[in-house]
Amino acid sequence: MTNTRAQPIKIAILAMGGEGGGVLADWIVDMGEANGYVAQTTSVPGVAQRTGATIYYVELYPSSQAENDGGTPVLALMPLPGDVDVVLASELMEAGRAVQRGLVTRERTTLIASTHRVFSIAEKSAMGDGRVDSGQLLAHTANAAKRFIRFDMAQAAEASGSVISAVLFGALAGSGVLPFSRAQFEATIERGGVGVKPSLKAFGAAFERAQGGDDGEPVKEVPVAAPAPQPRHPAVRSLVERVQNSFPAEAQDLLLEGVRRLIDYQDPAYADLYLDRMASIAALPSGDRHLLRETARHLALWMSYEDTARVAALKTRATRFERVRGEARVQPGQVLAINEYMHPRLQEICETLPGGIGRWLMNSTLPKKIVERFTQHGRVIQTSSLRGYLMLRMVAACKRWRLSTMRYAEENRRIEEWLQRIAATARRNPELAVELAQCQRLVKGYSDTHERGIRNYDTVMRAFERAGDALAPATLRELRDAALADEHGHKLRAALVQHALA
Amino acid sequence: MAERSFVEEVKKLRLSGGEVFRGEGILAVTKALLESGVSYVAGYQGAPISHLMDVLADAQDILAEQGIRFENSASEATAAATLAASVNYPLRGAVTFKATVGTNVASDALANLASGGVTGGALIIVGEDYGEGSSIMQERSHAFAMKSQIWLLDPRPNLPSIVDAVKQGFDLSEASNTPVMLQLRIRACHVHGHFVAGDNKRAKFTLKDALENPQRDVGRIVLPPASFVHEQEKVKNRWPAAVRFIEERKLNEFFSEDADDIGIIVQGGSYNTLVRALERMGLADVYGNTQVPLYVMNVAYPVIESEVIRFCEGKRAVLVVEEGQPNFVEQNLATILRQAGSSTVLHGKDMLPVAGEYTAAELLKGARSFCERYERLAPLPVPAPVRKVIPLTEVAAEPAQPVAPLGEVVHARPPGFCTGCPERPIFSAMKLVERELGPHHVSADIGCHLFSILPPFNIGNTTMGYGLGGAGAAALNAPAGKRAISMMGDGGFWHNGLTSGVANAVFNKSDNLTIVVDNNYTSATGGQDILSSNAVNKTRSTGHEIESAVRGVGVKWVKTMRRTYDIAGMRDALKEALTTKEKGPKVLIAQSECMLNKQRREKPLVRKAIADGKRMVREKFGVDSDTCTGDHSCIRLSGCPSLSIKPNPDPLRTDPVAAVLDSCVGCGVCGEVSHAAVLCPSFYKAQIVSNPSRWDQLRERMRAAVIGWMQRGEARRREAYAF
Repeated sequence: MTNTRAQPIKIAILAMGGEGGGVLADWIVDMGEANGYVAQTTSVPGVAQRTGATIYYVELYPSSQAENDGGTPVLALMPLPGDVDVVLASELMEAGRAVQRGLVTRERTTLIASTHRVFSIAEKSAMGDGRVDSGQLLAHTANAAKRFIRFDMAQAAEASGSVISAVLFGALAGSGVLPFSRAQFEATIERGGVGVKPSLKAFGAAFERAQGGDDGEPVKEVPVAAPAPQPRHPAVRSLVERVQNSFPAEAQDLLLEGVRRLIDYQDPAYADLYLDRMASIAALPSGDRHLLRETARHLALWMSYEDTARVAALKTRATRFERVRGEARVQPGQVLAINEYMHPRLQEICETLPGGIGRWLMNSTLPKKIVERFTQHGRVIQTSSLRGYLMLRMVAACKRWRLSTMRYAEENRRIEEWLQRIAATARRNPELAVELAQCQRLVKGYSDTHERGIRNYDTVMRAFERAGDALAPATLRELRDAALADEHGHKLRAALVQHALA
Repeated sequence: MAERSFVEEVKKLRLSGGEVFRGEGILAVTKALLESGVSYVAGYQGAPISHLMDVLADAQDILAEQGIRFENSASEATAAATLAASVNYPLRGAVTFKATVGTNVASDALANLASGGVTGGALIIVGEDYGEGSSIMQERSHAFAMKSQIWLLDPRPNLPSIVDAVKQGFDLSEASNTPVMLQLRIRACHVHGHFVAGDNKRAKFTLKDALENPQRDVGRIVLPPASFVHEQEKVKNRWPAAVRFIEERKLNEFFSEDADDIGIIVQGGSYNTLVRALERMGLADVYGNTQVPLYVMNVAYPVIESEVIRFCEGKRAVLVVEEGQPNFVEQNLATILRQAGSSTVLHGKDMLPVAGEYTAAELLKGARSFCERYERLAPLPVPAPVRKVIPLTEVAAEPAQPVAPLGEVVHARPPGFCTGCPERPIFSAMKLVERELGPHHVSADIGCHLFSILPPFNIGNTTMGYGLGGAGAAALNAPAGKRAISMMGDGGFWHNGLTSGVANAVFNKSDNLTIVVDNNYTSATGGQDILSSNAVNKTRSTGHEIESAVRGVGVKWVKTMRRTYDIAGMRDALKEALTTKEKGPKVLIAQSECMLNKQRREKPLVRKAIADGKRMVREKFGVDSDTCTGDHSCIRLSGCPSLSIKPNPDPLRTDPVAAVLDSCVGCGVCGEVSHAAVLCPSFYKAQIVSNPSRWDQLRERMRAAVIGWMQRGEARRREAYAF
């Protein structure tokens, strides 16, 4: 046995399929081999290529040292927990995975990771908000490493028109943990010969950031204080003043937002109705601020329920056209067409027509059949064409008689019942009333999704009525979460059985 | 067209003697084949040896120069049977496939090959897909070597050792008239390293010589009485010859043999990991100089009795490192030591895990307990328990402290369909049918489509093997209110599904539905061409329609959907197949090209066309965040990597909204799903025209003028109420 205690440099790369983890590993190997190192890399690709997570593992050993010692280094093909010098992670949850696997240790590991999130399928497919708290991931990872270089590398890659592997390579260079100079790093990218210019740009920016010691918390953006409202229209002014004068300060931001939403949705008179309703909640003896805020939020959302006229109005705005231009990355000189996927059914058409006509159509026989025939298939409407635009503007104009429609009558009935329940409940249990107010969250979406929401909402309300005074706020919350847990209502049924409310 | 092009790497196959080869393990194996003078190579792709097949496909000009025949076999059985050419003739041949599934398929041919024995060197290169990342059952190819008597090589995972194993393998095969299996673990296949190349060698005896001068020997054919003789030949002639060869060529290695009175017996494939474990314990250095004697079995089967006894002589105890179960080697060693009357204590799976991958952490643990047991290492100090002190004063909660355990915030990332995958809409349609007709029994198959068993689709009950989706539902045929559904990919269909699934269903008067997913390639193994591919392939015959084959074996109810993205169409076709009164097997062929391959082919063409000033239309989907209500039904019916979520920009709402990422290829599924499932009007399709024509520009100006004027008016009216 020689006397050497020398060890290879050990680098693990955690990336998802298509993120260039392999390219990054190849760069490191190429850099090593070009600069007097024995380099080895390996990975387990296979199904991981299809969007799964993969670990690439690299070891580097100086050739000169091997020659002096007269040996050939035996390099490992997989990382040993606790024995890794550098961990590169292309995303924050992957950094968490590296920590979970024990690859990151306080004694020796430099962790270089992007703080952006690529959501997992579980996070994406939740019926409500299934996102993992990035703060939690950061808390776990930050304490695990000797040094933690982190910033939003997806953004950095985009800013330089490159990919995340180039940013990671730059951050690796900037961290100074490898015995190679910046020039040696850059020469490697040039040798690769693919997308050299943007890669070098991304590399350079990331190098500076890592050099600048970008291993602290990202600067927290201080929320800009909302500017004081400056209404011009007299009707709007009186609404704003009403909020400012007759409601507690803690709820004013949401109330103003609600007023803004409902003027946009219908007219100032409708916003006034909103404030009337809120005034009765504010006047409740419990005086619960949390209840006021939650009701303000959910009442505004409910009163601005999504109907065809609303969707048409939002789709035809100039601001929306601009947003689509940005999202589609339309360059100057290119022409954009916007196509909407709409599927109005008989139900939606009846709900948009003036009340009497809508009811007549819904209860007719032959005309109803004809309309149903025409609405079997979805339609694609080109809003950017004159024809499509005018068609949607006409639909948007239906807002004129919105308050006479069948849909409004139905929604209004539910809103009134909901408010009465909140008021009645708040008198004996304000916490329960808050949970009740939040149940509005169950009713969302369009067509089938909306019907499912209504069904769930009704089920939960029936349980609420049945339980009477015996219902704990936490139970109601549990029922609501259960209703949002799956599409088929299995969880909700189970929860109802569990609480003997079925 | 394979997923990865090896055209650049293939140049390394021309390196001549003394030059340094740098590259991937699997490419080094190809080079070693050329240096060994093979006459033919065949195989069936699959991880981890797909690249070997792709390299060979890209190296056909080099192969032709060397007079080598290269076959893309229809299955592993086909590949193994190809080795029959080495039975009568001094032709060297190699076949390759994924173990152990491939070995299972090939076992009939392998058994017959091993019985009669070979004249020319026959090498079976198996990619051992075991442990992390594996998508198959965890079994050992070792059993096949033992039952058929095929020698099994498991070299140390570095390029010189792997290349040497290939060359020695051919010699061993010829010296003992026995086929040889070379087992390469997944990491070894993909390891990047270097070795000093030799010259490529052209076979002296060619395929042409064999064809023009046929030889036969009844004694080599597996029929009684020859087959009874083979059984005796195997143990009386071939085995001793192999043992002699392995001893003489020193294929197994001894390190620091006499350094201590304990030792470790390790299979070549686990050597690097073991040395790292010893180095971490301070018992070896980075060069593999070790204080603990090592016997490295680069030949995993047969076990060389004389070497084992020599190594154990004078040792108190040995530890055998043998990955996977059953512990064939350990049992074999125990017999050898017992019969030799040895007093050496044998350790193995008492100190190492009985089952599961021997990761670096597991080997470290096992080797440590062995060394502690024999006092080569002091036991690690037990960390003193830290008493938890409950503070008397209330401490303000620090926001940076994690509250949820890491296991909860780190989610699994199961593989799924790629962006724009044409198989996604098939399962979206099945979900829609499920809503109407209720759930059905779904017999799944191997291939990308198997991702349907994972979220968000959760479709599929069993998977029995490649192309066996149809067969897997064979028993579930009875007068009932529902039919079973079988899935099958085009790869599986040509592999064996046509006979084992479709023809079998015709013959047995099945009433079930088989969905054949035809995406033009064997996509799961890396996008290689097959019979039904549309691609023009210079060296293979393509364009043979699945529908003709299905009708040819007698299926009456056949429907081909040429655009799987038509979800409503798919849904209706599925519904009809499941409810039609017509008896007999139903086959629905769902056809659209693999998006991964399509993009790879088309992207450069589009870029070039745009640069050349041609009018090109790009499509991208998007979601209007102000109409999206954050229910994510669309994601549950799609699971597309490009369809994600983002924070809700609406100050009143809290649930995140759906968002389409830039990686969207505009396949159209989002729009179709929202139409067919009557979801929500939030999806839009943007069509971006590069190099617009004059008419495009004129129309755009007119529209902008009129719509812009109306939009400004509308904005002014809203502005009046703004605050």
